[in-house]
Amino acid sequence: MATPIDLHEVAERELEDQARYPWRIKACGSTACQSAGAGASISTLESEVVAVGLSDSVRVMSTGCMGLCSRGPLVRVLRRGGEETMYQSVDRDVAVDIVGAVAGRGEVADANRIDRHIPFFTRQHRVVLANAGIIDPDRLASAVAHGAYSALEKAITTMTPDQVVEAIKASGLRGRGGAGYPVGAKWSLLAGASSDQKYVIANGDEGDPGAYMDRTVMEDDPHRVIEGLAIAAYATGATRGYIYVRAEYPKAVERLDRAIRAARRSRLLGRKVLGSDFDFEVQVRIGAGAFVCGEETALIASIEGRRGNPRLRPPYPTESGLFGMPSMINNVETLANIPAIVSKGANWFSSIGTDRSTGTKVFALAGDLTNTGLIEVPMGISLREIVEDMGGGVPDGKVFKAAQTGGPSGGCIPTQFMDTSVDYESLRELGSIMGSGGLIVMDEDTSMPEVARFFMEFCMDESCGKCVPCRAGTVQLHGLLDRICSGEGRPGDLGLLEELCTVVRETSLCGLGQSAPNPVVSTLHYFRDEYESLLQEAAHA
Amino acid sequence: MPEVRRSIAITIDDTEIDAYEGESILQAARRFGIKIPSMCYLEGLSVWGACRICVVEVAGQHQPRPACATLVVEDMEVRTNTARLQSHRRTILELLFAEGNHVCAVCVSNGNCELQDRAVEAGMDHVRFDYRNPLRPVDATHPKYVFDPNRCIVCTRCVRVCDEIEGAHVWDVASRGHQAHLVTELGQPWGRSSSCTWCGKCVASCPTGALFYQGSAVGESVHAPDLVARLVAARRDHEWFPPVESPTSPNEQNGDDR
Amino acid sequence: MAEALHPSGDDRFAVLDKHLKRTHHAQDQLIETLHVAQEVFGYLSDDILMYVARALLLPPSMVLGVATFYHLFNFEAQGEHACSVCTGTACFVKGADAIVAAVRDGYAVAPGATSEDGFLTLRTARCLGSCGLAPVVVIDGNVAGHQDARSTLELIRAQARIPEEVN
Ligand SMILES: Cc1cc2nc3c(=O)[nH]c(=O)nc-3n(C[C@H](O)[C@H](O)[C@H](O)COP(=O)(O)O)c2cc1C
Ligand code: SF4
Ligand code: SF4
Ligand code: FES
Ligand code: FES
Repeated sequence: MATPIDLHEVAERELEDQARYPWRIKACGSTACQSAGAGASISTLESEVVAVGLSDSVRVMSTGCMGLCSRGPLVRVLRRGGEETMYQSVDRDVAVDIVGAVAGRGEVADANRIDRHIPFFTRQHRVVLANAGIIDPDRLASAVAHGAYSALEKAITTMTPDQVVEAIKASGLRGRGGAGYPVGAKWSLLAGASSDQKYVIANGDEGDPGAYMDRTVMEDDPHRVIEGLAIAAYATGATRGYIYVRAEYPKAVERLDRAIRAARRSRLLGRKVLGSDFDFEVQVRIGAGAFVCGEETALIASIEGRRGNPRLRPPYPTESGLFGMPSMINNVETLANIPAIVSKGANWFSSIGTDRSTGTKVFALAGDLTNTGLIEVPMGISLREIVEDMGGGVPDGKVFKAAQTGGPSGGCIPTQFMDTSVDYESLRELGSIMGSGGLIVMDEDTSMPEVARFFMEFCMDESCGKCVPCRAGTVQLHGLLDRICSGEGRPGDLGLLEELCTVVRETSLCGLGQSAPNPVVSTLHYFRDEYESLLQEAAHA
Repeated sequence: MPEVRRSIAITIDDTEIDAYEGESILQAARRFGIKIPSMCYLEGLSVWGACRICVVEVAGQHQPRPACATLVVEDMEVRTNTARLQSHRRTILELLFAEGNHVCAVCVSNGNCELQDRAVEAGMDHVRFDYRNPLRPVDATHPKYVFDPNRCIVCTRCVRVCDEIEGAHVWDVASRGHQAHLVTELGQPWGRSSSCTWCGKCVASCPTGALFYQGSAVGESVHAPDLVARLVAARRDHEWFPPVESPTSPNEQNGDDR
Repeated sequence: MAEALHPSGDDRFAVLDKHLKRTHHAQDQLIETLHVAQEVFGYLSDDILMYVARALLLPPSMVLGVATFYHLFNFEAQGEHACSVCTGTACFVKGADAIVAAVRDGYAVAPGATSEDGFLTLRTARCLGSCGLAPVVVIDGNVAGHQDARSTLELIRAQARIPEEVN
C-alpha cells in the first residue's frame, strides 16, 4: 500500500516550483472561454513564450472559470510579488501582445484590459470558488498547494465525527440544492442511523436550465467536492460515496474521475485514509438526461440503474436510501463549503451573510445583462447590487423588468423589489426561491406569459409521468398558457389556470410537480395585466 | 401465523379507530368500513402512490397526503372528504378523462370500471379541459387477451402484479411524462412476447377496460382485483379460501388460464 | 435473436463485454452499460437492448423502460452531423427559438429527428452550462456562443465542408 501523502511537503514543493517562474500566465480553459476561442489563444501564448525565448521565466497554464464569461477568452498575468493584470477577448493577436508586454516590448490595448476594481470582482466573496480559475484542476499538487485536503486531515486527526457535525450545525450552513434544509441537521440524522453500510451522495445533476455553478466547481476544483464528501462520510459513518453528474457535463466527469484516482493513489481516499482507520471509496455516476433525477429519491433510483421515478417520503433517504441503506444527498455547492468551514471554523462562516442564511451563494448571471457569468456573493446582498452594480445593468438602454430565480421551480421578482435582500426567507416571501443559483434578468421586451409558458413546457417535458396531477396537469397548464399566449384564450381561462395550479401544487408526488406552477403563480401575481390584455385581445378578435 | 401488531389510535372523520402499526391510512380506514377512493393501490401489491385520488387531509400538514402511502401515527387526525379534497379529486379525474380516449358507451368494462365508478362518486359530470385525443393503436395480438391503451391510466397495477406475484415482468412503463405508456418486452406486440405465461393476472388487476379477454362485448368484462390479495394471503398464511366468484373469463372456449 | 448477432464476429461487442466484465454484470450498472453500448454502436437497436437485457439478466421491458426514460439515449441511427440548440432559460431569453426554427426549416428536420438524407440530426438541449454565452449551439461537439439563426446555419455549412477539405 502506498504511503499517505504528506500534504505540507507536497504543497511546499509545488509552491517552490511555481516560484521558479517570475511570470505566470493563466488562461481560462473552461467551456465558455473555449467556445470563444481560448484553445487558439492558449497555444499562441505557449508558442510566443518560446519564440521570444522566455520559456525559463514565464509559465503558461490553463485554469478553470474566472467568472466574467461574457468577455472571454480571459487571461491573467501574474508577476512574482507584483500586481496581476487581467485581459479580455484574448484572440491570437492579443495573445501575442500579452507575451510582448511581459517581454517588455509594447503594450496591450486598453480595450482588452479588465479593471479588477469593478464591482463584478470587488463585491464577490469567494469561498466555494476560492480556487476556481487559480489552480490547475488536473493536478493534485496544484490543489494541495492551495489548501486542498488540509480540512480532511484536520477533521480526521483532530476532531471526532460528532465534533465535525456540531461544527457544521454551528456554521448555520443550509443546503444549496434549492430547499435550504439545514445541513448539520441532515448530517446528524445519518450519523444517528445504525447500519453497517451508509452512503453519502453528491448531487451534481444541476438541472435548472440557466445555471452552471456546480459544473464550474466540479470542473475547476474537483478536489474540493471530493474533500467535502469525504468529510461528510467521516462525520456520519459512511464508507461509500457517489458523485452523480449529469451526462451533459463530460468534462466534469473526466476531471472528477482523474481527481479521484489521484486522491486514491495518495491515500486521500480508499482504505485507511491518511493512515487513519477511516475508509472511504468514491465513484462517479453519470445521468442520462432527466431533470427529475436531481430530486433525491429519483437520483437514488437512477444510481440503482432504474427509471428516475421519485417516491413518496417518508421514509427519508437517511432512513432508507440507496440500495435500501441509510443515505444522505447533498448538493455539490453545499459540499464545497465544508472544507472551508472545517478549516476556518463555524464562527468565521456564520459571520458571512445574514442570521438565518449564512455564508455565500454562487449565482449564474444570465439573460439581458451587461456582465454575464459566475459570481459568488455573501448572502443578504441586495438584488440591486447584483443586477445593477455587478451585472452592469440591462444593456442597450432597455429597462429592467424582472429577475427570475429558482428556474422552473421559482418565480420572478419585479423591479419594485430590487432592494430585497437575497436570502432564503426574503425570496420565498416574494413568491420565488433561492433555488440552485440561476439568476436570469429579463428586460422590458420580455412577455411574462411567454416566460410562464416556457417553464411549463420544461416541466411538462421533464415530468417523470408517475403521478397524474403532474403528468396530465402540466400538459393542460401548458395547453392553457399556449392558447392564452397565442391570442386564443377564452373567458374563464385565468380562473381555470389558477385552480389547476392549486391542484397540481397540492397533490403532486414530488417537488417537480409541486413547484411546477410557481412561475405561473408568480407571473400572474405581478404581471396579471399582461395575461388580461392577451385575453382581451382574444375576445375582440 | 398471525403476528401481534401494536395498535395505534387515530381519528378518521371524527371516528376514533384502532389502527395497526405499519398500516397505511387507507388500510386502516378500509378495515373500519370508511371509504377512501383509490385507483393505483391494490391490496397485495407494493404501493405506487401515483394516482393521487386517495388524498386525505392530515391535521397539522398543509399539503394533502395520499392515504395509500401514508402510514398511521399515534393521534393522527384524518379528514377524507372535505370540500377541498372533493374538488381536487374531481379535477384529477377530469385530467384522466381528458388524457386518454375513454368512451364508456363502447367499452367492454362499461359498468365494471373503477375509473367510471370514481367519476360517478365524485360527481364529475363534465370535463373542463381540452381532450387530447391521443392516437393509440389497440394490441389484439395475444391469443387470449387484448390491450387497449386508449383506456390505460398508467396505474402500473399490471406491471406490479406481473412482476411481484407472477414473477414474469412482461410489462413495464416506457418513455416518460405524458408520453409514458405500457410496453411488453421490447415493445413488440404482446402476442409475440415469450415471457408472458398467460396467467391473466394483469387482466384481473386492471381497473379500467384497458386489459380484457378476447371476444368480450360491451360491458362484459369484469375484473377480479381481489384475486391478488387472496393469493398473497394464501401464500403467507397457508390458508386457502375458495373464491366467492371465479375470476372472469367470459368465453369458456378460452380454456383454463395456465 | 441475440444469437443472430453473433457477437464474436463484431469487435464492438468486445468493448461492451469488457465493460460488462469490469462491472461484474451488476444490474445497477444498467444505465452505464447503455451509455457504453450507445457509444460503440451509435444508437440502441432492439438487438442491442436484448443483448444488454440478457447480459444483466433483466427483463427486456425493464431495459426498454429505463432506456426510454432518459433523453440521451437514441433508438435510431444518427445523422452524419449533429446540431444541438440550447433551449435553457438563458438561451430562451436570448432567442434560441428562432435558431431552432431556422435549422428546422433549413434542413427539413424536426427537433429530435434526423433529416431524411441522413445529413443532420437536430436536437434541443436543456442548458449546456454556458449560459454566459447565450444563445449557445453545439455542432458536432463544438460549442459556439452568441449565435443567431444565420450564424448557426453558416456553422453547419462550414462543418459540412470539413471532411472534403481533409480529403
Ligand atoms: C425536481 C427536482 C430537481 C432537483 N434538482 C436538483 C439538482 O439538480 N441539484 C441539487 O443539488 N438538488 C436538486 N434538487 C434538490 C434535491 O432533491 C435535494 O434536496 C438536494 O440535493 C439536497 O442537497 P442540499 O441539502 O445540500 O441542498 C431537486 C429537487 C427536485 C424536486
Ligand atoms: S410530480 Fe411529476 S416528476 Fe414528480 S412524481 Fe409526479 S409525475 Fe413524477
Ligand atoms: S393496462 Fe390497466 S392495469 Fe395496466 S397500467 Fe393501464 S390501466 Fe393500469
Ligand atoms: S390509490 Fe393512493 S395514490 Fe393511487
Ligand atoms: S441556458 Fe443555454 S447554456 Fe444555459
